[in-house]
Amino acid sequence: MELNTYQQEAFNHQRKNIETFGKRTWGWTIFYLLWIFVGGYALYLQIAKGHGITGMRDNVVWGLYIVNFIFFIGISYAGAIIAGLLHLFKVPWGKPIIRVAQMMTIVSLIVGPVFILLCVGRFDRLHHLFFYPRLQSPMTWDVMAILTYFVGSVLFLYMALIKDFAVYRDAKLNIPKWKQRLYKFLAIGYRGAASQKRHLIISQNLLAIILIPLSIIVASILSWIFGMTLRPGWHSTIFGPYFVIGALYSGCGVLIVAMWVYRKMYKLDYYFTDRHFKYLGFIMMVLAAGYGYFTFSEYFTSWFGSERWDSEVINKLFNPAEYGWWTLFANLAGILLPILIIAIPATRKTNYIALAAFIMVIALWVKRYLIIVPTLESPLLPMQDTRAEVVKYSATWPEWALTFAGIASFLLFFTLMSKFVTIVPVSGLEDTHRPFELNHEHQAEHSIPPAKKEEVQPA
Amino acid sequence: MKKEETIDKSRRDFLKTAAIATAATATCGSLVCSCSSNKSTVEKKVKLLSPDGEIVEIDSAYLNYQEHMAIVSKLEARQGIAGKKFVMVVDLARCKNARKCITACQKWHYRPEETEWLTVKLLKDSEEGAPYWFPKQCFHCDNPPCVKVCPVDATFKRQDGLVLIDNERCIGCKFCMAACPYSTRVFNWDEPELPFDIKNLTYSAETGIPAKVGTVEKCDFCPDRAREGLLPPCVEACPNGVFYFGDENEDTVSNGEETISFKQLIKDRAGYRFMEELGTKPRVYYLPPKDRQFPVERGYENLSEDLKERYKEYKEFFEEKK
Repeated sequence: MELNTYQQEAFNHQRKNIETFGKRTWGWTIFYLLWIFVGGYALYLQIAKGHGITGMRDNVVWGLYIVNFIFFIGISYAGAIIAGLLHLFKVPWGKPIIRVAQMMTIVSLIVGPVFILLCVGRFDRLHHLFFYPRLQSPMTWDVMAILTYFVGSVLFLYMALIKDFAVYRDAKLNIPKWKQRLYKFLAIGYRGAASQKRHLIISQNLLAIILIPLSIIVASILSWIFGMTLRPGWHSTIFGPYFVIGALYSGCGVLIVAMWVYRKMYKLDYYFTDRHFKYLGFIMMVLAAGYGYFTFSEYFTSWFGSERWDSEVINKLFNPAEYGWWTLFANLAGILLPILIIAIPATRKTNYIALAAFIMVIALWVKRYLIIVPTLESPLLPMQDTRAEVVKYSATWPEWALTFAGIASFLLFFTLMSKFVTIVPVSGLEDTHRPFELNHEHQAEHSIPPAKKEEVQPA
Repeated sequence: MKKEETIDKSRRDFLKTAAIATAATATCGSLVCSCSSNKSTVEKKVKLLSPDGEIVEIDSAYLNYQEHMAIVSKLEARQGIAGKKFVMVVDLARCKNARKCITACQKWHYRPEETEWLTVKLLKDSEEGAPYWFPKQCFHCDNPPCVKVCPVDATFKRQDGLVLIDNERCIGCKFCMAACPYSTRVFNWDEPELPFDIKNLTYSAETGIPAKVGTVEKCDFCPDRAREGLLPPCVEACPNGVFYFGDENEDTVSNGEETISFKQLIKDRAGYRFMEELGTKPRVYYLPPKDRQFPVERGYENLSEDLKERYKEYKEFFEEKK
């Protein structure tokens, strides 16, 4: 593979990231593995003793597992849509960040569905989903959609990686034999010939065109698992688009946080510039406004209509004795905070944006909890049950352990991926030079080469 | 199992005869050969397949009937009883929360005390109205939200109107529980505790026995009893004749004491279906609690403290009544 000077520069800059593993990476890896191990023990207990060890009961049949499922799957959809759009519209500044978005898609798409498996009472019978599928069920739609989507996004990531694999193969990297062989295998003989280039770009375009509507469909189907039931708080026509925008929004936040961490870890300031964060921040702000609008519509119509069951859920959500404080947090930190941080020029700084994104992502996780649990705690018939754990859901330690194991595996995947491929796609930088050189207005700002150290450390 | 499925309809008519018992025993082993010698009357010889695969002839007097035997094939359990349309009518004017239905149900289905397929709620329709006892089992809806959402066809609607669950198919996703607006379904969170002989019975969706961990279960209107012409245990156990069970096609329902016209009963007593507005079309009808046989507090006074706690929102009301 021939590299131009800019690509060569980018490759040299990241070369050691895939050559070495480093003590710090080992440390993190072991830390994540410990969490996963604790989660594994919780899973063992759950299998051995039954689902009785979770906080779920006959009323609240879904708990943290489903919350995590929606959360991770949502991130995944956002990754695909953002990567697809950046690719299709050939956004010049998008080139360096597209891989992070694609990695996010795959990683969360692996972690997410694991949580739904944890929630299933009999995972020894999962093959029934394929042997006896019932087409009316939104769950069947979801299985089909997620599988299709998984294949699509893995291919999309892989297509984007082929050129880079060819680069790694030819670069005479100081790496073990197996890794070299693996790169060679994965590069599937790509030499940069004109026909190879053409085929690759056509396939990538096609996949992007398929993936964008597909992720909208999949996010909607996910929402329909709830929207199709006759439960207050779920049975809503806006649930499809609400979930789509919620997914995009939280995913955008995760992308910003991931970029911020990578930038710190691998000194990628030159590629993930402040301007990237600003632009993504603007996208996040627009999404926040859209998401806020949906949230407001949802609560306002329920409250104004004040139908008996809807009111019950609304009262639960806004009553300080129940979920009031969480609702306040989810909406202030999840909607208002990012908008303010980005709208005010003084706070429109990379670190603040990343911090706002981080808090927003947590708030959106809480929001998912507020979608699932209060509705399940509001059955149409009065519960009239004396068992406290049936009346109110509270997650038990195995559920939390598995939740953190999920987050740990998400981070572990990200860490390992960054040791296998370069975070900034080397060959992807093909036709551009520096990300913002095309943009003459900002040329001056970015003519200073890399590594401007940040002072403020977000929590 | 194949042998069971080949049983045709004419043979099914012989259900109560020993002849069919032969087939059932051959496949399920649910008839037990009794060795007690006090049955001396020689009725007739029946052929049975022994566990060793040999055909033996046994005097029918030595056969014991055992409950909960899976007398129909899996396919028949999914199709239902031809020509029937089961329906239940609950007379709210007669219920005094005696809870006999609940214990009978739990006993018949070997469910623990805390698992109530049938529950009695205390409802009040408006501020000014008086509360009334409201027994609630599965409504076996004609437009069942639970069936629509099951991804593996484990819960299904039969031609006789029943909604049943195949616990050998169920993957335990609990989607049906989230979808049921009446909170009817219960989940086997832990391994169910069952007597040894029950644990080893052949499972059938009609009996729901033995219960299986990690799957969903609910009231099934006891179709195995219906096949034998028996009423469900809750109907039989009720001391006040609250429940009427029957066949809409035949237009008869019975509470064990009287058998009356279903349509006439609904017309005369202004029968209604619970939460008709949900569009689920339940197969359970309620007769409004008009001219009640018992004052509502009769169902509260004799309850244990724990059960009283369930209806704590009405505590003041009952104390006033005293």
